[in-house]
Amino acid sequence: MIKPVKSLKQRNLRDRVMESLLVFSTILVMAPLLIIIGYVVVQGASAINADFFIHELGSPARAMQGRPTGLVHSILGTAVVDFLALIIAIPVGLGAGVMLSEYPDHKLNPMLRIINDTLNGMPAILKGLLAFALIVKPMGTFSGLAGGVALAFVMIPIIARSTESALMSIPWTIREAGLAIGLPRWRVVLSTVMPAAKTGLVTGFLIAFARAAGEAAPLLFTSFGNNYLPNHWTGMIMGPVDTLPQRLYSLAISPYKEWHAMGWAAGIVLLAFVITLFITARMLTKEKKY
Amino acid sequence: MQSDLLKRPLPVIYRWLGDKIFLTVVVLLGLTIIFLALSMAWVLYKEGSLAIHQFGVIGFLKGSVWDPGVQYVFGALPFIFGTMVTSIGALAIAFFPAIAIAIFMAEYAPSWLSKIIENLVHLIAAIPSVVVGIWGIFVFAPWMRETVYLPVVNFATEHYPSLLPVLGSPIGYGMTTATIILALMIIPFTTALTRDAIDKVPREQREAAWALGATRWEVIRMAVIPYARGGIMAGTMLSFGRAIGETMAVAMLIGNKNNFPFSIFGPAATMPSVIINEFREAVGNMHLSSLMAIGLALFAISLIVNLVAAYISRKLSITGGQAI
Repeated sequence: MIKPVKSLKQRNLRDRVMESLLVFSTILVMAPLLIIIGYVVVQGASAINADFFIHELGSPARAMQGRPTGLVHSILGTAVVDFLALIIAIPVGLGAGVMLSEYPDHKLNPMLRIINDTLNGMPAILKGLLAFALIVKPMGTFSGLAGGVALAFVMIPIIARSTESALMSIPWTIREAGLAIGLPRWRVVLSTVMPAAKTGLVTGFLIAFARAAGEAAPLLFTSFGNNYLPNHWTGMIMGPVDTLPQRLYSLAISPYKEWHAMGWAAGIVLLAFVITLFITARMLTKEKKY
Repeated sequence: MQSDLLKRPLPVIYRWLGDKIFLTVVVLLGLTIIFLALSMAWVLYKEGSLAIHQFGVIGFLKGSVWDPGVQYVFGALPFIFGTMVTSIGALAIAFFPAIAIAIFMAEYAPSWLSKIIENLVHLIAAIPSVVVGIWGIFVFAPWMRETVYLPVVNFATEHYPSLLPVLGSPIGYGMTTATIILALMIIPFTTALTRDAIDKVPREQREAAWALGATRWEVIRMAVIPYARGGIMAGTMLSFGRAIGETMAVAMLIGNKNNFPFSIFGPAATMPSVIINEFREAVGNMHLSSLMAIGLALFAISLIVNLVAAYISRKLSITGGQAI
């Protein structure tokens, strides 16, 4: 293909034009995204107060009469459901990650890798439907446990993938050194490879945790939501329980002005929580050096 | 002496059996993931089978009436259409800006700026969908109604009244609003994946182009983009999958209208949004089953998109079709 030769001037001009186009579109896109964060922070900060952290929501009438309302039950519920999910997801994700990285010749690995990536790409709402069919239907009630399982389905593929890459980053010579002093393979994995990859593993857990903590879709029909604190702590696990993302959705689509303001407050709390997790994860990644 | 003899079998248990047990446990945990994916397909099929048998696979997918109230007839076409239009629209809006940010970060920006933008992109990608949704409901949708939809509709009423049904009612919550928000939400994701693909381009590739006297843009055009093409395409596919499955923000902004005709500004619905909106309130078995069947359709579409992405990245990303 023969192109007409352009002068250097034209080519440099084109370089300049492209550069300014790139700068322009970067600004154009980053601006609205930063505006979103700005709005949530400003609106949330003006709506948040001490009542938010010590009272439960109650009925809409309670907010309209100006009595103190808050989302303490959502915050506690989020903590319970998210940690439940983490407890379920870590063993499975860790095990699958170990299988992928420490037994690279295993026959199932190519299939596991593809299925894991596909599962990771599946919409979270489908994981909620799965948890609904597996847990809610047999139990006959919406429950924190079902919510935890649904979020665990979100976390598992992320943890598996991050565990695999964290373990892979440990050089094979470390494993060979372990084997050479007579350690069996399982001890090599548990006592040399995994401690060395500790930071990477924790980073993966944090990222999975942050991703799941912001998910509302799978929780709407598993943990369902609840305007009040359960009477007994077991109600958090065995009965319907409130979580922040799901409550934020319900508040935002409700017709009450007071609840809208509380929605913004829930937004800033959720955003702060998720972003703290992400920043911690990223700072850990930066420290990682082998 | 005797104690030594007693000790001898121990290492066998410790090594041989320990390894066996460890491998079994690890493989079982790996199989859990495979089992999860398979059970997802099976559960969705089983729960949706009532609707699938009633209307037939093709009939359900092609059915354009969704009426849980009177006729009790369910068809998925409006939602499949809504999902496809919003996702493809979002991808069309997001594609070039996302790639532009990635190229700017990787090739033009000084390293301090590049680091700031990269951290911002990751930070923004972490914003939960519902938080974007609440901003959309209270700020973006009203703003769009006042500054875009109303003037356009007023203009059309005066000059082209025949366009009005195509534009639809300018309430602010509708297809265009949802598409723009969706585009904003997938941009960070696409950018991060594109950046990864660009980072994989070897230094020599760039240096060869520099050595030929190329300008910076020509280096990108000739050496970087062709090499990263496969990775960029795979990343775009994955972003498309994200857009298809994005639930909360879309459900909050699309206006939720379950039947044709959809219009440009007017309300519509997507597959995830109808599941979110109706699943909690669905009472009839057929209604629940139809929602599960929509879930199965969503599963099938996501599966195809993800497998295509995996295929593209395996075929194209490492070498860009040549080199090495």
